[in-house]
Amino acid sequence: MIKTIGVLAVQGGFIEHIAMLNKLGAHCIEIRNKTDLVTNKFDGLVFPGGESTVIGKLLKELDLFDKLHEMILEGLPVFGTCAGMILLAKKIINDSHIYFGDMNIQVRRNAYGKQSGSFLTHGDFKGIGQIPMTFIRAPYIENILDSVEVLAVVDQHIVAARQNNMIVTSFHPELTYDLRVHEYFLIMIDQHIIKLKNYTT
Amino acid sequence: MNKRYELNKNLAQMLKGGVIMDVTTPEQARIAEEAGACAVMALERIPADIRAAGGVSRMSDPLMIKSIQDAVSIPVMAKVRIGHFVEAQVLQEIDIDFIDESEVLSPADDTFHIDKTKFDIPFVCGAKDLGEALRRIEEGASMIRTKGEPGTGDIIQAVRHMRKINQQIRQIQNLRDDELFNTAKVLEVNLDLVKFIHKHGKLPVVNFAAGGIATPADAALMMQLGAEGVFVGSGIFKSGNPAKRAAAIVKAVTNYNNPKLLADLSEDIGEAMIGINEQEIDLLMAQRGI
Repeated sequence: MIKTIGVLAVQGGFIEHIAMLNKLGAHCIEIRNKTDLVTNKFDGLVFPGGESTVIGKLLKELDLFDKLHEMILEGLPVFGTCAGMILLAKKIINDSHIYFGDMNIQVRRNAYGKQSGSFLTHGDFKGIGQIPMTFIRAPYIENILDSVEVLAVVDQHIVAARQNNMIVTSFHPELTYDLRVHEYFLIMIDQHIIKLKNYTT
Repeated sequence: MNKRYELNKNLAQMLKGGVIMDVTTPEQARIAEEAGACAVMALERIPADIRAAGGVSRMSDPLMIKSIQDAVSIPVMAKVRIGHFVEAQVLQEIDIDFIDESEVLSPADDTFHIDKTKFDIPFVCGAKDLGEALRRIEEGASMIRTKGEPGTGDIIQAVRHMRKINQQIRQIQNLRDDELFNTAKVLEVNLDLVKFIHKHGKLPVVNFAAGGIATPADAALMMQLGAEGVFVGSGIFKSGNPAKRAAAIVKAVTNYNNPKLLADLSEDIGEAMIGINEQEIDLLMAQRGI
């Protein structure tokens, strides 16, 4: 079965996610306005990198917020990178905004400073192994609360985590040539689909 | 390829689909951020005022730039004169996120652009055609924008530049492999870049529109012509209702292919900047630096 992924496409690096997911055989739909949400059925969602202030504002103003929030709460698998992590976080330590707030993580925005602090490294991702990690004015997770599984740590900071249907990374797997994090997300979707089937039968 | 250059191109990728706004004060910077700017360009005078004032225009006072860095959480850019690598060193020192080597300021060098490979932070440069764009990329630019005609509120030049760059890209895509050598010679750029264009049908860096964008429809026009985002200079803070116009332009860039939404966004956003037609101006900034 070909999976359909809704990629939030209001601002930022969404094309890169679509390219990765297409390589893995998934079908992607760009979400730019409410019509895109009501006319399609999704197996998963991607919240890309970009500026969280812009994406967060457009979510509300383009009337995407409530429907997306409903989908997340219903258990649809969601993958957030960088700004996408900020959108899902329960609290942003150095910013008063809260967006979806569904994931039990406390995140520091622009945690590595300005562009001069952006970096590329290799780190261990639980269940995958060593992967390249590109951090661009990235956030990191300062605290985790209930039911969050840590997936990657770089320099003592949590940079990837999962809570049930939500997976987030501070870094940008979509800016590298390594498909394995996206593959991991597609497996999450497979598991979700199986769970739904068992539930209905 | 060196790591810094990749990271710098990556930052430009994250700005895509966004609007970068010129601001002259911390207050304007906050209005821009609030309205949904994905970055701000800190400068002492917006292009329309530079044009009106005449005289030599230089890099802004670092103190003024720092006050804007303190005011917002989004990336902050600032301009240096073409070829003025010391102004660029100064901006790198105050930890700017992006440098615009810009024809809006008076050029410091009429032959040489800055060797941008010597810097750790990214540069954006203007271009009127593919040759210029590729020469800037060879010099280390991480992002390209059309030159347009800054400070005029007249979109014609940005349209001309964007169409030209994309036409030239399409022409290269249609060439035979053995014809690429001559293209490299004609454009005065290295063969590898021409081969990249031939294979991928796009620039190896992000390409934004700039110069003369004043309305949501202008922004959407540039996006439909192939821009990956837009810079708005004088168009916002020279208009009747900057906050409203800025927010409308942001939404127009996201939904540039949605005429129904564009119609709503264009409604009741106050007076646009008056602007000036290209035939009425003496100084064509786009001619600076080729």
